[in-house]
This record gives sequence, structure tokens and C-alpha cells, in this order.
Amino acid sequence: MRPTLCLLEDPLAERIVSEARDVLATLGVEVHHDGVLNLLADHGADVDRAARRARLPAALVDRALAAVPHAFRLFDAAGEPTHDFSGWNVHFTPGSAAIRLLDGATGALRAPVTADYVRYARLVAGLPHYAAQSTAFIPADVPAAISDSYRLFLSLLHGEKPVITGAFTAEAFAVMHDLLLAARGSDAALRERPLALFTCCPTSPLQWSEATVSNLVDCARAGIPVEVVAVPFSGFLAPVTLVGTLVQHAAENLSGVVIAQLAAPGTSLLWGCSAAIFDIRTETAPLGAVETMMLACGANEVGRRLGMPTQAYIALSDAKALDAQAGLETGAGAVLAALSGINSVSGPGMLDLENAQSLEKLVVDHEACGMALRLVAGIEPRDDFPARPLLEELLREKHLLIAAHTRRHLAGQIRFPGPVIDRAPEARWQEEGALTLGARATREVERIVAAWQPSRLGDDAKRALLRRMEAAARAAGLDALPVRVEA
Amino acid sequence: MDLLTRIANEVRAGEPDAVRALAAEALAAGVAPAEVLRGGLIAGMTVVGDAFRLREIFLPDVLLAARAMQSGLEVLRPQLAAGGVPTAGRVVLGTVRGDLHDIGKNLVGILLGGAGFDVIDLGVDVPPERFVDSAVEHGAAVIGISALLTTTMVGMREVVALVRERGLADRIKVIVGGAPLTEAFAREIGADGYAYDAASAVGRVKQLVGAA
Repeated sequence: MRPTLCLLEDPLAERIVSEARDVLATLGVEVHHDGVLNLLADHGADVDRAARRARLPAALVDRALAAVPHAFRLFDAAGEPTHDFSGWNVHFTPGSAAIRLLDGATGALRAPVTADYVRYARLVAGLPHYAAQSTAFIPADVPAAISDSYRLFLSLLHGEKPVITGAFTAEAFAVMHDLLLAARGSDAALRERPLALFTCCPTSPLQWSEATVSNLVDCARAGIPVEVVAVPFSGFLAPVTLVGTLVQHAAENLSGVVIAQLAAPGTSLLWGCSAAIFDIRTETAPLGAVETMMLACGANEVGRRLGMPTQAYIALSDAKALDAQAGLETGAGAVLAALSGINSVSGPGMLDLENAQSLEKLVVDHEACGMALRLVAGIEPRDDFPARPLLEELLREKHLLIAAHTRRHLAGQIRFPGPVIDRAPEARWQEEGALTLGARATREVERIVAAWQPSRLGDDAKRALLRRMEAAARAAGLDALPVRVEA
Repeated sequence: MDLLTRIANEVRAGEPDAVRALAAEALAAGVAPAEVLRGGLIAGMTVVGDAFRLREIFLPDVLLAARAMQSGLEVLRPQLAAGGVPTAGRVVLGTVRGDLHDIGKNLVGILLGGAGFDVIDLGVDVPPERFVDSAVEHGAAVIGISALLTTTMVGMREVVALVRERGLADRIKVIVGGAPLTEAFAREIGADGYAYDAASAVGRVKQLVGAA
């Protein structure tokens, strides 16, 4: 039996969806894009152009939900499937778009640079519980105009895993699309085997900015999957109640589903969530709050009810260091996400209210993800009945360490964590240097980065990536890309 | 690859049937049984022991290798009988008086056996006198005592005291271990050695045998 978590009873989930539909039909959404307003009007929305507001009738929402795929997959640079966004499958991805990096050597939060990103990409390549790489942080040594495409470029150059990413401007999409085409080889191949998934976030309450809605439409028309991720803050930019926030979240997400399906029916979408509570004491939106995690899990249940695969920002922490708070918030989130069956979990590695990434934390969080995945594999009988013969063998042999049953099932039953998790007797721990978690994580980062092997992406594709990125850099006023690293 | 190397490799792989067959083949080919033992079985176990010490392999791998080695020894034993099977030393093992928890003690016994020691396992809840009497009777160089409980581990002190009282401390060494123990406790009761797990116990016993 796969263990599960359920926070919303059926009637409540149904009511949340029906209230969201009502909100869209009566209040509508504000869309800062004339073309999208035209698209909505052409398909039956009641559009007030002066107010840039579109009211979406129930029939329009129904048509969109009928068109959206119930499942889809992502593929790595070699074309192998990595993600099956369906059912209760859970995939973990590092959190994305941090502006700072926790420096493993100094413990300081600082602006990351290209060399950090290369180390990150190589690290994630060696951590199997992360099915995807994300464009995890923003290198500060390139102009802001290319900071989004440059992250994607480095990820495609150094890693094979598909990339969870996003564009900061409408214009950046073209460059990023070109990079994906260069890596995959053709438009048809990219559509058939998506190599990236873009994040598009409506703005609370009930708005779409020009840049984000442009990205949403551009992705849909290019056949690139999107996670639509509403970001309402309970008690600030959304009702303080979790149910009220989920209603608003659902309305905002549904508007994205409608726009994407009108732009290109059948566009693959994840029902995403980055809803959070608002902490009035610190004036922040904490991702490690239990209510924020409940919103993520609740939104997942709403998405599941609508027949869509899901995503959420969860399994991350608001701590500023790799400390106990970081562990407890991330671990709790990873477990709740896995029990909820959130198909794409974005968060590991993140600290400081989604502002900072940490390579060392990525290594530690990788273990939390592994634990969560083991948890949801559940307890299943494995040659256990009748029980007597094996217990007879135990009494006879005094142990079962090398019993055939043990050898057959050890790997599937017991998950052995990596060296960042300390399970040694105290004396052995002392003998091996009495290393703290931080020291063990630092050592493991170095080991994995050193063991990195170049991507199987062909040399022609790598050269094409480089040419496209150099052209974008020149257009942004940068004569040469920062330190070139062998890929 | 010569026969002895193949035997060593099969010991490392934990394949008893292959080791048995290759040992017989070696004897049939005229290789001396002591050479099969030294260059095949012990050579294989030495590699396994080193890898275990370096945490490259784990307890079950060692046990499988030990079982494979034993299958080879069975083939050699009739021809080695005249001179006896060479051992690394003899060790008396048991849990301290009042303690019925024998998992750790059993693991140590298995690993010592795999490392070539002759193990006399006295079982659980062993009185101090029996530890010492058995060591004398079997000519053991080491007594190994295990405890799981803080309430029973204090009884280890009595075994150490009895060894000294009988004037045996120069030829019988006492090593202690178990979850609640520490190096400091071992020193405090006057034990000759302490091991925090089964893997480290083998190395400590080897040191003690050399010192006994």
C-alpha cells in the first residue's frame, strides 16, 4: 500500500473548485497583454479592455480542462525518459532562481558566479534523487538581460537532466527556445521529447503580467511544458484562511490553464503551487511554515481532482545556514510532498525564503528526498509468508545476514544513505575525524563534483549552444562569456 | 590466471562451490595443501578484510567470503590433518553475566572465524569463572566479553579482576565491547582492549594476540 496524505475531504475540494470557477466568471483576471485578451475574447471570455480584465465563463474553463493532458513526460539530453508526471509519481528538483549562494567555505550568503553554477550543475548530475536540474540560482557575473538564458545554457552544457527553468522577460524566451532547439536538434524532436519545463507565475491577486503571460503563450505554442504556479500569500494578498487561499490559488491557476490551452490545445501543464502564509512579524512569506506546506499539499489535491499532474514549492527552508531548522523544515516538506503525491517537488537546496541556494544543503536534502521516496514505496510483503521457514533459518544460523532472503531483498527494503548521514558508533565517528554535518556535506560536494563526467550531448550541439549564448551575450553588451569551463 | 589466484578471487566473491571445486583441482594438480591455504584462501580473505576495514564492503560480504573460505578448508582439512589447520589464535567469547543480548557477540565471532581465529563461543549470561576457566582449558589468548545493558556491563570488571587474581594477565588478554561501552570505561575496568563494532574487534584481537 502506498501511504498517502489527504487534507481535503471531497466536498471541500469540490467547493474550492466551484468557488474558483465563480471567481473567474465574475471577478475574472487582469491580463496585461493585448494579444492574450484578444485570444480570450475570441473564445467567449467577457473582456473589459480598459480595465484589462477578462471574465472566464465556466464553459471556457471546462473546455480548457478537457484539453489539458492528464500526464506527460520529460526526457534528458540523451532522449531518455526521466519524468512520468502521472498518478502518484513523485520527482524532486532543486529549488530555483535564488539570488544568493551559501558559500560552503565561509558560511556567508553571497552573490553566485559562473564557477558556482558549473559546480552546481555537476553536483546535481551526481545526485540521483533529483530527476531534474533547475536553473537554481542567478550568476551575477553576466548582465541581467541574459541571466535567465545563461543559466539554462550552463545547465544544458554541463548536465544531462531536463531543466526546470523560466524566463524573466518576454524577450528572453526566444534565446532559451533556441538553446533548447540546439540541444535537442529540431523543433519536432523538442516537442516529442521535452527537455525543459518553464515556470509561469500569475501575480496575486488574479493578475498576469505581460512578461509572464507572454512566456506562457510562447511555451504553449513551442510545445514546451509549463508549470502554472500561483503565489498567493495568506492574510496579505489572499484570504488568511487556508481554504480561502486555496480558492484564490485555484482561480489564478485555472486562468493560466485556460490561456495555455487556448494558445495551443493540449499543452502539457503542471498544476503548480507556491502559495504561502504571510508572517506579519517578519513581513515575510515563509516556505518552511507548516501552513505553507499544507497549502502545497491542499493545492495538489485540487489539481489532482481536476485531472492535472501537479507541482509545488516545498521541501525547502527559510533558515540562513545548514542548521537544524534547515533540516527539519526541508525534511518535513519532503515527506509531506511525497505522501501527497506531488508529481514535481521544487525546493531542495533552498534557504532564506527562496533567496539562497546551497550546494551542501543539496547534498543533505538529497537524503531527505531519498527517505521520502522510500517511505512512499510503503510496506509490502516480499517472500514473507509463511514466516516460519525464515525464522527457523534464523534460529538455526543465529543470524540472517547472508540468508538468500536477505540477499534477495536487502537493496529493495533498506535504503542506505550517503556519507552525509552519520550512523556510526560515537567511537568510530571520533576515529574518522568527528566531522559535523556541514563538514561531511562539504566533503561530499567535492567528491561528487570531482567525479562528474561530461554530458553525452554531442559536440556539435555543445558548439551550437555556445554560439547561441555568445550571440545573446554580445547583444547584451558582453564581449565574452565568463570563465569558459570544459564541458 | 593461476589456480591460487582464482581461488582467492572466488573467496572474495563469496562463491563456496567454486572455491571447493578449485581447491580440489589444486590438490589434484599437486599443489601443497598449505600453499592452497596460504596463497588461495587466506590471500582472498586478506583482501576482503582490508576492503572491510576501508568500508568498501560490508558485513554480509565478509560473511559470504568467510563461508566460501570454509568450503575450501573442508577440502584441505583431511590433508592438513596431520599438522592441523593453522589458526590465527584462539578466542573465548561470551556475553557478560546477566546479559542475554548476543547479536554483537555473534557478529564478532563470525568475523573472527572468517579472519582465521578459533572461536570458543560460551553463549550468553556467562559467569566470570567460566570465562577464565574456558580460556585456560582451551589455551585461549583472548577473552572477549559483550554487553548491551548499562546494568550488566559493570560485571566485566569481575572477569578482568579474576584474570589478574589468577596470575594470567600476561598470557590472557581481555577485550570488551557493546553498545553502551566506551573506551574510557574499558580503561577504567582495566580491560586490555575495546572495540566499538565487530569490524574493529578483529583488528584489536589481532593486536592482543600479538601481545599475549
